[in-house]
Amino acid sequence: MDLSQALQIVSRSDAGMVRSHNEDAVFYNAARGMAILADGMGGYNAGEVASGMATALLGSELEKAFQKTEPHQLDTSGKLYSHSVLEGEIARANTAIYQAAQSQPQYAGMGTTLVVALFFDNMMTVAHIGDSRLYRLRGDEFQAITRDHSLLQEQIDSGMITAEEARNSQNKNLVTRALGVDPAVEPEIRDYDTMPGDIYLLCSDGLNDMVEDEEIALTLQALSANLDLAATQLIQTANDSGGRDNVSVVLVRIAREYPAARGWWARLLQWFK
Amino acid sequence: MAAKLILSMDGLVLKEIPLTKERTTIGRKPHNDIQIDNLAISGEHSVIVTILNDSFLEDLNSTNGTYVNGQPIKKHFLQNNDVVELGKYKLKYINETPTQTTAADFEKTMVLRPDLMKKTAEQTAAKSPSMSDTQVGMKAVDTHAGMAPPPQPAAPASPPPAPQAMPVGAIQILTGANAGKELELTKNLTTLGKPGVQVAVITRRPHGYFITHVEGANFPVVNGTALDAHPRELKDHDVIELASVKMEFFLKG
Repeated sequence: MDLSQALQIVSRSDAGMVRSHNEDAVFYNAARGMAILADGMGGYNAGEVASGMATALLGSELEKAFQKTEPHQLDTSGKLYSHSVLEGEIARANTAIYQAAQSQPQYAGMGTTLVVALFFDNMMTVAHIGDSRLYRLRGDEFQAITRDHSLLQEQIDSGMITAEEARNSQNKNLVTRALGVDPAVEPEIRDYDTMPGDIYLLCSDGLNDMVEDEEIALTLQALSANLDLAATQLIQTANDSGGRDNVSVVLVRIAREYPAARGWWARLLQWFK
Repeated sequence: MAAKLILSMDGLVLKEIPLTKERTTIGRKPHNDIQIDNLAISGEHSVIVTILNDSFLEDLNSTNGTYVNGQPIKKHFLQNNDVVELGKYKLKYINETPTQTTAADFEKTMVLRPDLMKKTAEQTAAKSPSMSDTQVGMKAVDTHAGMAPPPQPAAPASPPPAPQAMPVGAIQILTGANAGKELELTKNLTTLGKPGVQVAVITRRPHGYFITHVEGANFPVVNGTALDAHPRELKDHDVIELASVKMEFFLKG
């Protein structure tokens, strides 16, 4: 099913004002309803290898998988195919990055965060690992959909520190899960309904560490009519605030409903397309 | 110069302990590296793991807890002048060694293995076979503890100092129903125009104000010249035409 009429997707990625390398990587495919963002780390400039492998492998493998099976279909155990394919492909990408890191000394210790959003049937499946985020703007309400896998978030959750203390914490950069650093990884995978008019933002921590959530929300609301400009503006705001890290964004606007085609006639139509 | 701890009670310095070992244990029992024979101190109270120039402290589930600078901690990356409190005893951490770690390195994302802390605690002073396994975490430790206490913690989205120095811009409407009205541009983003018809945005940046076309078939006109898709910097007394309304941009005081 081609979703390019229902979804508008743009992305920007920038090295920032301080770093010489951009270790972030982004991938999207509006027709297939896919958006992927990864923030690489570790090794001597190997972070970009890890994030690049993650987005390229997942991008191509998910595209391939969805040519055979639609993400809304249920597998034999009654699980959404979007879930089983994400679990499988994330595990494979993890293994590929892990093995590269093990076998090539220059890649030792590399890894990457990951956030993937798959849009289908008026909903989305989100998988994430680490501290790259997915936010949703729905009307006036702007909120983070993912919850970081980071030391800081764990400290907030356990009540050790308040959100206010967390802003000034020095532990911001410690993630507790990452792709490619261990033989196995556990992504967090969840489903959410989408509505026409929603804007989704996938971003690396270079954005949300530099720019307050309210400022991000204001930018998306003010510039919702021009997604390209909104993405450029977000990067610019991060850089104007110091741009200490690589900064990447993927913006997805739900232009209209996109129910999955069901029934024999729908499949027949698909067949003739 | 190696990092050291200064043990004191009630303001009285009792001892200086250099952190030369990879693991320095603190507790009431005699086998500890730093023995504090006081009932408020647990047998094995806490441990300091030192790697190169950096040390971190972990509470070993002590009865009365370990505090750093007044806050209870489970694990903590020690920074110069941190005060560790165990019962009535204070241990001041002194590490004046300049490190190679830069602020930029410190902000790099690192993986903290969930099992790292456990491992370092379980690690005996003897060589650990899981050395390579803890490497990632150690790097994180390295970067953190190596960071001399910054004058201010890396605050998020702290507004750059430039806008304060820059005069505030404002828009005065010249024609139409709202003629004479003034709008101060105090936000980073101000949109002008009618949504769905023609919208432009004025962005406030550290080095000035910029106007950019957002939507609509017609582009805003500045001083008689239509914009293209790119932002245009606004100068004092520039005249903007947007959705058939004229307005003037000016800088205040």
